[in-house]
Amino acid sequence: MAPARIPLVDYLHLEPEPHLVAHECRHCGARFFDRRNACARCGKTEFAPADVDGAGDLRAFTIVHRAAPGIPVPFVSAIVRTDDGTWVRSNVVNCDPTPEAVTLGMRVRLATYPVGADDDGTEAVAFGYEPT
Amino acid sequence: MAARISPDSVWVLGAHMTRFARYPDRDLIDLASESALGALADGEVTVADIDVLACGALFQASGAVGQRLQKQIGQTGVPVYNVANACATGATAIRTVMMAIRAGEAEIGLAVGAEQMGKMGLLGRGGAKKEKKVFEPSGRYGAVTGVDGYLGTETMPGVFAQAGTAYAHDHDGVGFEQFARVAYKNHLHSTLNPLAQYQKEFSMDEIMESPMMSYPNTLLMCCPTGDGAAALVLVSGERLASMPSHVRKRAVKVSASVLTSDPFTEDCQVQPDVNTLTRNAADQAYETAGVGPEDLDLVELHDCFATAELIHYDNLGLCEPGGAGEFIDSGGPFRDGATPVNVSGGLISKGHPIGATGVANVYEVTTHMRGEAGDRQVEGATVGLAHVIGLASACGVHILEKAAA
Repeated sequence: MAPARIPLVDYLHLEPEPHLVAHECRHCGARFFDRRNACARCGKTEFAPADVDGAGDLRAFTIVHRAAPGIPVPFVSAIVRTDDGTWVRSNVVNCDPTPEAVTLGMRVRLATYPVGADDDGTEAVAFGYEPT
Repeated sequence: MAARISPDSVWVLGAHMTRFARYPDRDLIDLASESALGALADGEVTVADIDVLACGALFQASGAVGQRLQKQIGQTGVPVYNVANACATGATAIRTVMMAIRAGEAEIGLAVGAEQMGKMGLLGRGGAKKEKKVFEPSGRYGAVTGVDGYLGTETMPGVFAQAGTAYAHDHDGVGFEQFARVAYKNHLHSTLNPLAQYQKEFSMDEIMESPMMSYPNTLLMCCPTGDGAAALVLVSGERLASMPSHVRKRAVKVSASVLTSDPFTEDCQVQPDVNTLTRNAADQAYETAGVGPEDLDLVELHDCFATAELIHYDNLGLCEPGGAGEFIDSGGPFRDGATPVNVSGGLISKGHPIGATGVANVYEVTTHMRGEAGDRQVEGATVGLAHVIGLASACGVHILEKAAA
């Protein structure tokens, strides 16, 4: 039996295929990933879930060589704009962490990877973006 | 002469900053006291003349620092506002005093910024808790463990690196070398400033080959942590008009004092937007002061990292839109360039004791307006701008003018 899995954050949905789900303001369409009290753009309070496109462009990045203890370095931190115009912060994965391999504007797509299990054997799954 | 002072204007009467450094044998109140007393003496007033005190010390924001300062320099009973606004804490203290004077509740006020950080190392959220026993979603993102390092970076060199590469994505002529040149300039400038934490010139090669923190920011492209304080005495134009001529002569006009927060932009909740609120603050400040970026003789801006300084050339209108790379390459922000930026050495070399920074930038510009900046004086400077930004985000912009008072 495959180990139980749990997404690292609640806006990552693993089924049927891994994808992100945003809270979309019913009034103005602004998208957010955190639990909301109201919309930061228009102030209205009604939201609907919205599936986020898995493909996008790399809009900004940094290659982190110094981080807090316990965080493996180097890694590529990235800001991605998906093809439906949603902004996402994550890592670039399956890519050399060098300025030569990471280029601004490059096409990427959502990818998931395990980041460790708890004492019950439940595996946490994170998402990143890999070059296409 | 006195008749030329607008009664509802506000002026810097006294200014002081400690050298930024590490002071293991002194505490925060020692540093704040040195600057407060220094600013009072500089303005030829005493603590008894002060109607309001605003005090910012970010890492001791709940520690009644203003009242503890009063207990050392004078418990006169005047109101204290202890303020905290990330790296814009010092600018917020100045704004608070400005508002009290403008509201007519005070004639003379004291703004103090101080911080004692020591060797604090990397600032950021940090700490993926990988050893957690049973995964349970918690917090606003329903996270089962720390996400720093998995879903991007939360360290400051990394966050500001991304702000820089986002600019490079949108504009040509910006890369590792341009960011490094910013640090080269500020280290070079710092050699003329005895108040700077570091006063050492580094070559471009040394900067680019120093340990990589978060590409493209190397160690020498990051500000240090440290200790220090700065203080300003502000006075209403009405009160200044009654002061002796030698005091009026050294007073420097605050032509604009603006504080903004980050307005909504579509990417602002996944990466801090340090641009829009800076542009908004600059626009407001230029309009209020009736000056434009072309009128500025010097600018002290928030170069917490080299990547940050470069994008603020554009945000503050110091270069053509999209032309920040060209601006640094052409020498524009060097002390002999079109608009000298961070002749103090900036945060990168002068240091960044957080609460003190926003006051120290105004101290620096004031000192140039007075023609008292010694070896680093920008000759004939009459208009200058001080900018700070704190993540989350807050931006302070002050424009100062040498004016006949």
